[in-house]
Amino acid sequence: MTSQIPGRLRETVARDGETIVYVARERLLEAMTWLQQTPGQEYDYLVDVTAVEFRDRERPIEVVYFLRSLTRKADLRIKVELQANDELAVDSVWSLWHGADWLEREVYDMFGITFRGHPDLRRILMWETYAEGFPLRKDFPLRGRFSRAEQVRQALNANPEAHYSLDELSIADAWGDLPDDMRERLKRGERGTVPE
Amino acid sequence: MSQRTVELELATPGLDPQGRPVRVPLPADGGEHLLLNMGPQHPATHGVLRLVVELDGETVVRCIPHVGYLHSGFEKLGEYRHYNQIVPLTDRTDYLSPMANNVGMALAAEKLMGIDITPRCTVLRVIACEMSRIISHMVWLGTTSIDLGAFTPFLWAFQERERIYNLQEMWTGARLTTSLTRVGGLMADIPDGFVEKLREFTRTFPNTLNEIDRVLTRNAVWAGRTQGVGVMTAAEAINYSLSGPMLRASGVPYDLRKDKPYLGYETYDFEVPVGEHGDVYDRYLVRLEECHQSNRILQQALERLPDGPINVDDPRVILPPKSRAMSDMEAMIFHFKQVMEGVKAPVGEAYVGIENPKGELGNYFVSDGTAKPVRWRIRPPSFINLSALSKMAQGHLLSDLVAINASVDIVMGEVDR
Repeated sequence: MTSQIPGRLRETVARDGETIVYVARERLLEAMTWLQQTPGQEYDYLVDVTAVEFRDRERPIEVVYFLRSLTRKADLRIKVELQANDELAVDSVWSLWHGADWLEREVYDMFGITFRGHPDLRRILMWETYAEGFPLRKDFPLRGRFSRAEQVRQALNANPEAHYSLDELSIADAWGDLPDDMRERLKRGERGTVPE
Repeated sequence: MSQRTVELELATPGLDPQGRPVRVPLPADGGEHLLLNMGPQHPATHGVLRLVVELDGETVVRCIPHVGYLHSGFEKLGEYRHYNQIVPLTDRTDYLSPMANNVGMALAAEKLMGIDITPRCTVLRVIACEMSRIISHMVWLGTTSIDLGAFTPFLWAFQERERIYNLQEMWTGARLTTSLTRVGGLMADIPDGFVEKLREFTRTFPNTLNEIDRVLTRNAVWAGRTQGVGVMTAAEAINYSLSGPMLRASGVPYDLRKDKPYLGYETYDFEVPVGEHGDVYDRYLVRLEECHQSNRILQQALERLPDGPINVDDPRVILPPKSRAMSDMEAMIFHFKQVMEGVKAPVGEAYVGIENPKGELGNYFVSDGTAKPVRWRIRPPSFINLSALSKMAQGHLLSDLVAINASVDIVMGEVDR
C-alpha cells in the first residue's frame, strides 16, 4: 500500500507499531494529496504536525505528520527530513487540511521551519516581535538566549500599541473573502441557521 | 475606522506567491467596521485568550484569536527531565482533567518502553480517566451556562465537581495537581473507603445530570442562544482536525475509546453520543450524555476492580518499597540507579492518543536511548479545536461569539502549554 506513495524514500516501523514513511521534501505535497484523495487510502484526518530535532547534530531535523483515515481506522506517519545547514522549508499542507493552520504556525514558531504556501505564517505561542530565536531547537538554552535583565528591559520598552494594531487584520480584505451569500446575510443583519 | 492607525515593523515570513507580505494595507471601501478587543482579561474567554473581533454592527466579520499568554514551554522542559519527572508537567497542561493527562503521558512512555501494566492498574486508570471526564464536563457546563446567563446549573455542576475533587484528594493527596501515574504503574493505590464513596457518587450523580437536563435542554432561552450557532458540518469538522465532543457533535462517530481502544475500553459497555447539526446545542447534548456514559463506565469499573499489585514487577522501572530499599542491598542499588539516572527508554518513538474530555490528547515521545526524551510532543486537543473558532464565529452576533467560544471547551493551560 505505502510503496506507491509519490516521493517515498524509505519506510520503518515505530515502537508503537505504526508505519513511518519518509518522503522526499520536494514531493511532500504531491504525496499528501495522493494519500488524501486516492480511493483505498483516504487519509482524511490530520492528527498532528510536529518536528523533531535530535541531540545528535548530524541527524537531520524531521517534520512529522500524523495522518488518520477515519473510515478505514488506519494511521500513518509521514516524515520529511531537513538538513540543519540547508533551508528549513517545506510545502504547507493547509490546502488539504485546514487543521494544519495553527499546527504549522506552531512548528514555525518553535523550530523556525517555514511552510511555503501557508496563508498566515506568524508566530503563535511566542509574541510576534520575539527576537531570541526558536525555543524548541537544541541550540536554544532552556532559560532563553537573553539574560533576565535584557528580557525585562525589552518587556518594559515594548510598545503597547503593537498589541492593539489593526495591522494584521486588513479589514476590507476579510470582507472580500466572505462568500456572497454570507455578505448578503450580514447586510440584512441575519444570523446563522442550521443547514438542512 | 478603515485606515490603519499604527504602522509596525513586524518580522513576518508570511509571503504570497509573488513574495509580498500577506498583510495588505487596508483599502477604504470596506464599510464602517469596528474593531473590538476581547481579552486577555475577560471572563467569557475562559482564561487568557485574546480575541480581536472585527464587527459590522453587531455581527462578527472576522475573529482573530491570539494565544500564548500562558506559554510555559512544557515541551522544552520535558527534554530536560526523566520520564517520571514529566508527570507533574502534564497536570498543568489541561488542569481541568489532570488525572487523564497523567494517564495519557504514562501510556505513551510505557508503549515506548514496551511495558505491560497490571490489571488492577488498568482499571484504576480507567476510573481516573472517567472521573476526569466528569469534572471537566462539569466545569464546561457550569461556565458555559454562566456565559449564557443561567446561574443555577453552574452551582449544581460545581457541587458535583467538588465531590470528585474530594475523591482525588483522598487518592493522591492533591485536588488539582494529582501526578497520579508513574511509568509502569501508579503513585498510590486507592485508599480504604474510596470505592464506597465513588459508588455513592455514581449512584447520586445522574440525579444532578437529570436536573441540569430539566433546566436547560428544553429551556427556550438556552435553545435560542445555542441552536444554529457555530455550525461545523461533518466534512468541515474533519478538515479542521476537530476531535472529541466537537467532532462528534458534527455527526462523526469517532471516539478513540471505541475506534482505537486503550486500557481495555473495548470491554466496557457504553455508548458514544453523536450530534446531528454540529452547533453549540448539539455540543451541549453530546457532553451531557458523555457524563451519563462516564458514570456507567465508572460503575462497571468498580464492579470489576481486581485485587493485585498496581505496579509492574520490574525493579528497573518501579522504585522498590522503602522498607526493602533500607534493608536489602540489591533494592537499594535499584533505588539509587532510578533516582540518579532515571528510567532509560530504548531508541525509537511512540505516539499514544487517548480520548480526553476535550478531544484527542496525544503524547509523542522520541527517545535516543537515554533517560530523557529527545522530544516530547503533546497533541493539544483544545488548541486544535480553538483554531476553528474564527471559522465558526464568522457571520454570528458578538454575543454568539461568547457561546461559540464556550462550546469549544478550551483550557488555556493546554492551548499555550
